[in-house]
Amino acid sequence: MEIDPFIFRLSIFILSIFIGYYVVWSVTPSLHTPLMSVTNAISSVIIVGAIIAGLSGDSQSVFNMSSIFGFLAISLAAINIFGGFLVTQRMLQMYKKKKKDK
Amino acid sequence: MSANLSAIFYLISGILFILALRGLSSPETSRQGNFFGILGMIIAITVTFLSIGNFSSGFIYVLIFLLIGGLIGAFIAYKIPMTAMPELVAGFHSLVGLAAVFVAISAFLNPEAFNLGSTGDIKLSSLIEMSIGAAIGAITFSGSIIAFLKLRGIMSGSPIIFKGQHYINLLLGISIIVLVFYLCNTQSESFFWRLIGISFLLGLLLIIPIGGADMPVVISMLNSYSGWAAAGIGFTLENSALIITGALVGSSGAILSYIMCKGMNRSFFNVILGGFGATDQTSSSKGKEQKPVKSGNAEDAAFLMKNASSVIIVPGYGMAVAQAQHALREMVDTLKKNDIKVTYAIHPVAGRMPGHMNVLLAEANVPYDEVFELEEINNDFANTDVAFVIGANDVTNPAAKTDQQSPIYGMPILDVEKCKSVLFVKRSLSPGYAGVDNELFYRDNTLMLFADAKKMTEDIIKNLD
Repeated sequence: MEIDPFIFRLSIFILSIFIGYYVVWSVTPSLHTPLMSVTNAISSVIIVGAIIAGLSGDSQSVFNMSSIFGFLAISLAAINIFGGFLVTQRMLQMYKKKKKDK
Repeated sequence: MSANLSAIFYLISGILFILALRGLSSPETSRQGNFFGILGMIIAITVTFLSIGNFSSGFIYVLIFLLIGGLIGAFIAYKIPMTAMPELVAGFHSLVGLAAVFVAISAFLNPEAFNLGSTGDIKLSSLIEMSIGAAIGAITFSGSIIAFLKLRGIMSGSPIIFKGQHYINLLLGISIIVLVFYLCNTQSESFFWRLIGISFLLGLLLIIPIGGADMPVVISMLNSYSGWAAAGIGFTLENSALIITGALVGSSGAILSYIMCKGMNRSFFNVILGGFGATDQTSSSKGKEQKPVKSGNAEDAAFLMKNASSVIIVPGYGMAVAQAQHALREMVDTLKKNDIKVTYAIHPVAGRMPGHMNVLLAEANVPYDEVFELEEINNDFANTDVAFVIGANDVTNPAAKTDQQSPIYGMPILDVEKCKSVLFVKRSLSPGYAGVDNELFYRDNTLMLFADAKKMTEDIIKNLD
């Protein structure tokens, strides 16, 4: 009997939860706020679904109910991607070590 | 691009996201980590375009909407003050949730585009996956909106509680499951809309009973939800980048919620079922009696600190509200010039989100190797002359160790009472959010400084010179 591809996706999912568990425990507590903003940014990779939806219309009618929701989702996810990565960058730049020469 | 090749690229971008989180294990590697994250995102988006390969007239609109969102996002990222981070993160969570809902709606309305079957005849497994994604996304969206409004102060931070609340939530939760069942049987659009509507409602009702100071848990929990929603959509789209990311974000948020709950010594359900602040205030107001308090001014505080050889600063939410972090750093600079050793002690639940105090101190140019977590620094209080508590309260209350009746009993606290003297910058004697009186206020070696945190700190600087 063949294995349903769903089982493979489930395996990826469960193994990723374990990876997430160990990786996140190693995050230093002082960086927990950047952790939240960067997870925000990366979870917006949902934009790949939004792009597929946006391009689902045919050449005569670019806009249909489905693609409109897709376009809106693209904008929402893009706010998050740009906003999330940039604000994380801004925060991380503030974390400095003690200057030895003072 | 063939489906297999794009799947490989999605895997690569998933791995880059793992490295992005991995980078956060220390501030030195964190910027590189963020770069990996950006790279992963670029790969995922590019591969999606290439795999569709259909650059019809829709393509230009995709770019336009991408650009609009990107500009708004970049604008927010540059403008936002660091003190507004908690509400920004809550706002971002709501967007992830709503995007998940929208993608699920698109997939439901046009399953052919996603290769999920045809309208009215969507594959059963895909239907279940997308309804889970849509439901969690909707809960994340409306819950985050409430969290945002509470953090922003537009909505009162006090918990809103009414009778039968938990039963209503339970009923809504059950009806979501029933609707998914009917949806799978009938493929009817109306069930799908009802499912989304009820999930929105449940998100609202779940967050309104939770008080402002429990926001660190809520915000981490919503972070986790946004991950699970993304994973649900990832299963629908059979996209490994989305599944990996969803799992990472989901477990990240769950771990943060766990750390926050442990920092308050409360169970997750205790927080979620809500109403902490409102119920306990009554019990504390009864037993209130007038006790003598030593209060001082900036001059006294400056004198105490000038004659100390070591000082530990304990910041709390009050520092964030007063925006006192820059003044505080100046004060510390002055103290250091007088050869006084100064460090910072951060309680896990100080502020309104995980790591809130660390970001504010970093913004004020406090080097991160002077900032310590509870376990690292708690033994040092006994050998320290002065503890300077600025805008924190409950996290220093020794009742957590001694008074079994206290609602905060068992919560790990910073042992400031072991210092030779304790300075409390506070606006009044009012108890903290837990509604518990802090016995430290009435001790002989405690000096209360009643003022706005920023103003008091500035006055102390003047008196130090």
